[in-house]
Amino acid sequence: MTEFFQSLGMTYEWAWFVATISGILIIVLPLLLSVAMIVYADRKIWAAINLRRGPNVVGPFGLLQSFADGLKVFLQETIIPSAANKGLFLIAPIITFTVALAAWAVIPFSETAVLSNINVGLLYILAISSLGVYGVVISGWASNSKYPFFSSMRAAAQMISYEVSIGFTLITVVLMAGTFNLSDIIMAQKGHIGGIVNAYGLNPLLFPMAVVFLISAMAETARHPFDLTEAESELVAGYQTEYSSMSFALFWLGEYANILLMCALNAILFWGGWLPPIDWAPLYAVPGIIWLLLKIFVFFFIFSWVMATVPRYRYDQLMRLGWKIFLPLSLAWVVIVSGYVMIRDNGWPL
Amino acid sequence: MIQVFTFYLFAVLLIASGAFTIFSRNPVHSVLWLILAFFNAAGLMVLVGAEFIAMLLVIVYVGAVAVLFLFVVMMLDIDFAELRAGFMKNVPLGILLAIVFVMELIFGIGAYQAGKIELADTPVNPAREGATNIEAVGELLYTKYIFLFETAGIILLVAMVGAIVLTNRKRAGVRPQNVSEQVARRPEDATRNMQPEVGKGVEL
Repeated sequence: MTEFFQSLGMTYEWAWFVATISGILIIVLPLLLSVAMIVYADRKIWAAINLRRGPNVVGPFGLLQSFADGLKVFLQETIIPSAANKGLFLIAPIITFTVALAAWAVIPFSETAVLSNINVGLLYILAISSLGVYGVVISGWASNSKYPFFSSMRAAAQMISYEVSIGFTLITVVLMAGTFNLSDIIMAQKGHIGGIVNAYGLNPLLFPMAVVFLISAMAETARHPFDLTEAESELVAGYQTEYSSMSFALFWLGEYANILLMCALNAILFWGGWLPPIDWAPLYAVPGIIWLLLKIFVFFFIFSWVMATVPRYRYDQLMRLGWKIFLPLSLAWVVIVSGYVMIRDNGWPL
Repeated sequence: MIQVFTFYLFAVLLIASGAFTIFSRNPVHSVLWLILAFFNAAGLMVLVGAEFIAMLLVIVYVGAVAVLFLFVVMMLDIDFAELRAGFMKNVPLGILLAIVFVMELIFGIGAYQAGKIELADTPVNPAREGATNIEAVGELLYTKYIFLFETAGIILLVAMVGAIVLTNRKRAGVRPQNVSEQVARRPEDATRNMQPEVGKGVEL
């Protein structure tokens, strides 16, 4: 894109600056729009599984429901509790929202469409997603109220626990692909099993890790059935209890942007990203971004499906799953996959 | 130009947030300033081209260590008056520590300016030409110095096991969850399907 702006007569520096800013806008604006639509899709899927109608009043089929909700929230009064730590109370939703958007900088949307193609892309995503916990923890502490505080304690422990297994799961993919760059990871999946499928997830060696990653992603985004941070029967609304108006909306947008990010990561790391599912020439006629969006939506559907079917975990069960099942399993899998890669690259040692 | 500007931006913010870490009255604010300091340090690392170290700094320190700090500090009930009362008592120790650190800095810089000592016959070549950060670190840690690295890992593992053994105590009167029993439980064991006649009720 820099070349395009250079052709308009700008110097390289200005062209780079304008190209980066417009790149950010090209990603963020559709992302926010899709967050609004995905909330609608979430409610519709949930309603359909419960044999309800879901939102159907605002606009055709209720399509504009999220925008109506957004407008309502926008017009509300921002209430700051008198005993709250004012500065941190207002910073917390901003952190959640910013962090949720920042991670999208390295997501490759097609072969060429990636804002920042850095060679530590996966580490960047890990770094950014580990920041997500601060918005929750700070909001819980700054609210100076007991339910948000309990919620932020739960969130901190939960996110740290599941980041460990997510980290090991990612290591298996990195070992397989031999790179931390997300575009290269996608290209390494091309024609994976006997030149047929473009997905690591269908490799029997990596399929268990794909499942572990999907479940850990649900826990990491505090999504059902792991939404103990906002368990309404115990904690009112968790860390969001004292928030209103736009500060509440920022939490809400950030949460769904994070969920979309996790779905995108699932698609990129295990199911071939913008590659078509099968390595067959006519399928490449469809633009890569369509495949990526389709895959993201399939994973989002799984998230909604789980939300509508599975009851909430108990906290000790959550910790047990993270530390006693996923951690040893993924750790063992790192050893197995490194052994496989060793044999694949260097031949059988005996 | 932009590099110099960015360097001074990160450096000034790093020192400022480091200072605020010490001067903040509220320990939670201290931890948050510390996190900002980590961030700026990571920014400086990116600036010198060590993007792998920068990401590790954020993942390990900001993502794990500082969260645990915050976790502990948030739960403290701190009496600030009491903290300040203990200040004068510890001043001599603080001054002593400060002098030691300043001396070390002076010696370190002085020794660096006086020239370096040769420790090995052959100079250690850190990395192969043209390797990316990750490849260079991987080759050094996991190929060249694998045994030293694994020794360090085993020492840490022993320390971890020791810490767990020392803090793990059996408490009486606790009823832990029996997971296999919970998983093995079936609806037939817990419920009965009753079809009582009208007006008779059921006996439980």
